[in-house]
Amino acid sequence: MKRKILCTAAMLVALAPIATRAQNPGTILIQNATVLTVTHGNIEHGSILIRDGKIAAVGADLKAPEGATVIDATGQFVMPGIIDCHSHIAVDGSVNEAGPAVSSMANIADVLNPDDIDIYRDLAGGVTAANILHGSANPIGGQTVVIKLRWGKPASELPFQGALPGIKFALGENPKHSNFPTPPGVTPRYPATRLGVEEVIRQAFIEAREYKKQWDDYNQRKSAGAQNLIPPRRDVRLDPLVEVLEGKRYVHAHCYRADEILMLIRVANEFGFKVRTFQHVLEGYKIADEIAASGAGGSTFSDWWAYKMEAFDAIPYNAALMTERGVITSVNSDDAQEARQLNQEAAKSMKFGGLSANDALKLITLNPAIQLGIEARAGSIDVGKDADLAIYNHDPLSVYAVVEKTLIDGQVYFDRQRDIAQRSTLATEKQSLLDKEKKAAEEKKAEQKKTEENSEKKPDKKPGQKKKPPQDGSNNGSGNVNIANGAAGGAR
Amino acid sequence: MKILKLSSRGAMALVLAASLTIPAWSQTTSSAYAIKGGKVFTLAGPAIENGTVIIRDGKIAAVGANIAIPSDAQVIDATGLEVYPGMFDPITQIGLNEVSAVNATVDVSELGDYNPELVAATAVNPASAHIPVTRANGITSVIAVPGSTSLDLQSGGLIAGQASAFNLAGWTMDEMQINRSVAMVINWPSIQTATFDFASFSVKEKPYADVKKEYDKSVNTLSDWLDRARHYAQAKEKGSPTLYERDLKLEALVPVVERKLPVLVIADQERDIRNAVEFCTKQNLKMILGSGAEAWKVKDLLKDKKIPLVLAPTNRLPEQEDTPYDKPYTEPSELFAAGIPFAFSSFGTAFSRRLPQYAGTAVAYGLPHDEALKAVMLNAAQIFGLADQLGSLEPGKLANIIVTNGDPLELQTQVRYLFIKGQLTSTDNKHRDLYEQYRKRPQPAH
Repeated sequence: MKRKILCTAAMLVALAPIATRAQNPGTILIQNATVLTVTHGNIEHGSILIRDGKIAAVGADLKAPEGATVIDATGQFVMPGIIDCHSHIAVDGSVNEAGPAVSSMANIADVLNPDDIDIYRDLAGGVTAANILHGSANPIGGQTVVIKLRWGKPASELPFQGALPGIKFALGENPKHSNFPTPPGVTPRYPATRLGVEEVIRQAFIEAREYKKQWDDYNQRKSAGAQNLIPPRRDVRLDPLVEVLEGKRYVHAHCYRADEILMLIRVANEFGFKVRTFQHVLEGYKIADEIAASGAGGSTFSDWWAYKMEAFDAIPYNAALMTERGVITSVNSDDAQEARQLNQEAAKSMKFGGLSANDALKLITLNPAIQLGIEARAGSIDVGKDADLAIYNHDPLSVYAVVEKTLIDGQVYFDRQRDIAQRSTLATEKQSLLDKEKKAAEEKKAEQKKTEENSEKKPDKKPGQKKKPPQDGSNNGSGNVNIANGAAGGAR
Repeated sequence: MKILKLSSRGAMALVLAASLTIPAWSQTTSSAYAIKGGKVFTLAGPAIENGTVIIRDGKIAAVGANIAIPSDAQVIDATGLEVYPGMFDPITQIGLNEVSAVNATVDVSELGDYNPELVAATAVNPASAHIPVTRANGITSVIAVPGSTSLDLQSGGLIAGQASAFNLAGWTMDEMQINRSVAMVINWPSIQTATFDFASFSVKEKPYADVKKEYDKSVNTLSDWLDRARHYAQAKEKGSPTLYERDLKLEALVPVVERKLPVLVIADQERDIRNAVEFCTKQNLKMILGSGAEAWKVKDLLKDKKIPLVLAPTNRLPEQEDTPYDKPYTEPSELFAAGIPFAFSSFGTAFSRRLPQYAGTAVAYGLPHDEALKAVMLNAAQIFGLADQLGSLEPGKLANIIVTNGDPLELQTQVRYLFIKGQLTSTDNKHRDLYEQYRKRPQPAH
């Protein structure tokens, strides 16, 4: 029975990708739109020609080639698809391997869940790519992956091809476990201070450097023709850190306070690697010059603050101030809902700190693309880039903007009108599944009753032994309610 | 629906210029003001072009197109600006919750499940950094709600205590307070078979029968408290103090059973809302529904029972996987179309300043703009019985007024002048102070 309910839930989820599965489009012309290119201004009554998933032309007077699909976007705004530099959607289960203080062996790419409904929801908020991060429980967390929100495609087709993998670091309250008490009887984990966080990271890189040296020596001797060499023992925990040292893997470091940010810059300098992004970086505005000089980007929230002590000096001017001081800055979500409104969050940097509209747009397009090293493929509307686009009915920096369509690789993955049109079909299908489940439950109940009646007739039953009540809710007087709840809500 | 074109840097300069006239830490003490030249949205009638608002002794003295300006009034030139009632956020933890993760700074949820005698006003910290931050975004009054569980990890209790309404300016809570007790807060017991367990950081499943048993026990205990409150009221009325010793909990529940104090019942799921409505109807309580993520499923019931709603933030995820992706955005327009009175709310502390954003999103998805304004300014005042003091620009009401450079629901709009209880109030706050401080930081030497 329970299995059946789960199947029903899975089927319901499966309906949406069928409804919205993108078709290979060939050639598409989006016309009559206000095109917000981000790199070369806004084009009124502009058009975008898409060929084989790439932007083939952008301009004011483009004609539709023969056989092209035309999307009339009169009165609408087209912007580059939003890139969320901090997301935890599409992850199957927990995002934290919270046992060891260094969990670099764990990889988020291994647990991508293409059926997570939040992929579709964020797509409906104009998001086309996201940096899927491990959690912040450890000074050195797990490996991370950049995905495109190709809803309906299997997990293997989610990763953004060519994007460098990353690794999550975390500083401050979370890795030192300040805000979740250690359960009674459990030994607290080291580190419990910011001092210890630094030590854990430094120690790990000392090991990684030593390990790298062993491999470098081995490879050198091997290539010099040495025979009968024994390779060093593979260490899956240190491999990703070696990639960091070699510049093949980006460090995305969760952080809040200015002191801990400076600490990591010092440690990175000591070992000769670069931090690619400081994530959250809510006190980034206090040391924006130092961050800019280190070459790291800052990926922050719009106006979150005061949810913990290290967020008490957070200000909504952070993105604007870091931008002013030369830090490549993005605004991220860290949350499936916030991702649906990143356009609104970016707009706040105009109010708080006076960014221009284009600089505000950059916070959720070009800048996160640079931070993730995918700016040659995404982040602006330029010829040759992937046709990852969001079409709004209004200026996307207005609270009144609604996403009409989202395209990835030139394919329409989200279409608001299509979504609305298919709702009644989905509702009918859900009802028929529920009816089927109810019927099955009633039959089961009848059968159970029959079995119980039979067993009660047996004479060898011990006196005083009570019947065990059914535990599945089918005999509680509101069984139907329970089943409905299971089918519709059980998966969450 | 306008999209702001004004240069933001220019706007900033103007705001700073305006704020120079007001001491950074306080309010002015003039007794009369005239706000003239702006477009006045009274919410009690059509907007008035080139209107004037006269403020005297903390209250609105006159509003209109051709009004004489008293000679003693300090004049605020609002030419090119817009004048609105201040916004009102009816479910917050402002003053009770400074830094959510630091227990020492949080006074939201008391131990125990039945605490009707507790009153939020007791612990509202008038020096909270959230107060100036929030009012700078145009929110002039809030209700602090004890035991509200939506955004914190604490249990909250079943009868969590009394909610208090206050203005976001003043030296002490006595000066800030609008009404010490505006509602009795009930966190409706939800029948949840799967709940997140923070001790083990995982979802724990419980059999339905067990959960239902716990639920029935909670509801029976709630009924029992109300019955005892009725008996207590009778005994008190009959004048027999020897039979009944003073009981603070029962005493606090007397206005509830007498329908003098509404119950603010927090519930989200359809089943929980239906159960709560059935309970309050049976108990003859004056119910306000709080949160109501699935209120759209019970519109007929809410309409039929005349139950108003303080709606969970619009910008949230749908309740279930197959709920339309935009349901939280369209829910306000559906409620409006169904004729159910509702107000927007942040259900938070740090996000109280997002109140206009939540309303704006609802407008994007179909709610008429003027209704959205009411739902952040007027409706909550009506729902909590404070409309004689708040919510519109009418003579006799408290002069809680914002003067903006545009649509107050739009993300880039700045509040230029802020009046709370008739006093011109600073929009300076911790965030702007830090911004100004670090903006001036010299380049470090390398």
